[in-house]
Amino acid sequence: MKIKSPKDFWAGLMFVGTGLFFVVWAVTNYQMGTAVRMGPAYFPTVLGGMLTVLGLIIMLGSFAIQGEAVAKFHFRPLIFITLGVVLYGYLMKPVGLILATGALVYVSAFGGHEFKWKEVTILFVILAAFSYFVFVKGLTLPFPICPSFIENCPIR
Amino acid sequence: MEIIHNLVLGFGVAITPINVLYCFIGVILGTLIGVLPGIGPVATIAMLLPITFNLNPVAALIMLAGIYYGAQYGGSTTAILVNIPGESSSVVTCLDGYQMARQGRAGPALAIAALGSFFAGCVATLIIAVAAPPLAEVALKFGPSEYFSLMVFGLIAATVLAHGSLIKAIAMVVFGLLLGIIGTDVNSGVLRFTFGIPELSDGIGFVIVAMGMFGTAEIIGNLELKDKREIFTSKVTHLYPTLQDLKDSWGAVLRGTALGSMLGILPGGGALLASFGAYTLEKKVSSHPEKFGKGAIQGVAGPESANNAGAQTSFIPMLTLGIPSNAVMALMIGALMIQGIAPGPQVMNEKPELFWGLIASMWVGNLMLVVLNLPLIGMWVKLLTVPYRFLFPSILVFMAIGVFSLSNNPFDVLIMGIFGVLGYVCVKLECEPAPMILGFILGPLMEENLRRAMLLSRGDPFVFFSPSKPISLAFLVASAILLVIVALPNIRKKRDEAFAAEEG
Repeated sequence: MKIKSPKDFWAGLMFVGTGLFFVVWAVTNYQMGTAVRMGPAYFPTVLGGMLTVLGLIIMLGSFAIQGEAVAKFHFRPLIFITLGVVLYGYLMKPVGLILATGALVYVSAFGGHEFKWKEVTILFVILAAFSYFVFVKGLTLPFPICPSFIENCPIR
Repeated sequence: MEIIHNLVLGFGVAITPINVLYCFIGVILGTLIGVLPGIGPVATIAMLLPITFNLNPVAALIMLAGIYYGAQYGGSTTAILVNIPGESSSVVTCLDGYQMARQGRAGPALAIAALGSFFAGCVATLIIAVAAPPLAEVALKFGPSEYFSLMVFGLIAATVLAHGSLIKAIAMVVFGLLLGIIGTDVNSGVLRFTFGIPELSDGIGFVIVAMGMFGTAEIIGNLELKDKREIFTSKVTHLYPTLQDLKDSWGAVLRGTALGSMLGILPGGGALLASFGAYTLEKKVSSHPEKFGKGAIQGVAGPESANNAGAQTSFIPMLTLGIPSNAVMALMIGALMIQGIAPGPQVMNEKPELFWGLIASMWVGNLMLVVLNLPLIGMWVKLLTVPYRFLFPSILVFMAIGVFSLSNNPFDVLIMGIFGVLGYVCVKLECEPAPMILGFILGPLMEENLRRAMLLSRGDPFVFFSPSKPISLAFLVASAILLVIVALPNIRKKRDEAFAAEEG
């Protein structure tokens, strides 16, 4: 058996894996109930089963029908964009809006094609100022501005 | 004449200075972000949703609707000037619009797109005003089995209209339905699939999923491509179409409007199918089909009118049934719920000022698009010359702020990151994210209605097919017919061709 359509094979595998996970987790952790009074496990089990079957059909098809290879993954943007965004979320409370914006801008810019310190720094200053004036001053979102260890924040 | 009374009430709400201002801000912001390549209406609305939280429901909805048309229109501008569709429904606009721009006729192309959209918007506004009340009457009689079957129909229709493999689209819907289950089970209070994470007990926020799947995933995808954009900035000189242009395109505008208004009502259809169908129609009725793809003005006028009409009539199922027909409407429902309004047929009777105010503001928004955007085209063009390496960190900052501000919780931002990765993987495996999003929104509603219907029928699954429930039966039969039609080899080929043309 040879995989003729790798895209379909991996997509099918993803669906089978997800479907089975939902079925197994639902059956072992929640009550099934009956068709009249469905328990919490009923709907996810049915859907998980459907997804598994659909995934299997897609996987089987990948052995029969010719298809394309999976396009190359570009890990640089994937990692830096995701990391930048997540850092922003987790840095907001401890270090405040300004530095969190800096983390997001520098890290995500590193995921692009070219990275010039000067350009990115200018961008950071503009975006930090914009965020502060529009979101904190204008829309009164309750974000901390400075790191929490600075007691008297010069910017309010 | 009740309709006139209603429209007067609506305009009374929509034309108050403060609401006009919100509509204005919405249209401007929507166009601004819609013009940016790779950010479609869904991501735009998701990004800007938090700024409407502090407004009253009427103003919030008016502003969001403005953002929607703005983003739609911005998408057409990029399609014509850069050959990059700002969103999927302006893909066909690229075909002839970009060719017109290359011939130095970017101005007329943009103008006809705006005028056609405005005309379509006027007609669609009237259609909503006429069609919505009787539909809502019918919807009030819907029981759980009817709602369940309607949602099945909606989801099937959405998969049929998604491009690529049908079975993958169905799998994505089911995947979405499963993700929608995460959170507290309303019937038993059991926490399902929360894995002990307290933030998951209310489920995953729709906005967060949409921003990840359509926002960060898009940006990651765009960064794969090298920055190679050819922009006809200098060539947007004379804006106004000639008399001949108007003569050539008025028929296309009329046909596009009619087709778009009909297709927009279909679940899952909306603007995308409308613009597509209109292009094919124009090519068919034209006496010079060979001109299409080489700068035929009808190829811009038809689809642009159709996608605007479709974008607007897709509000009908949302307003009357409380069921989103596409991802944008799902966001609107999300916005309504945040404002404490349960969408559905009762909204029209309980909040007439909201309902009719929104409808009237659609017309106001369309007018603003024409009045504002034609003079501002030069500014949008300038925006397009900003290199992507400046744009994408800025977009990310706004998305991150938007998501974080939902509940001031870093966990939400983490979830957005995870869905960004998932969205990227799905694109690589050619699985469309749009059906998944619809499934995700409808999941809890479907389960709720399924359970109620089964309880009422004492566990008899035939309740959905029984002749005593003709509406439910009709929806299921329609779904089955749709599936069979698409599976037929002949039509399948046509559908593949249609989508192949889109990619070309």
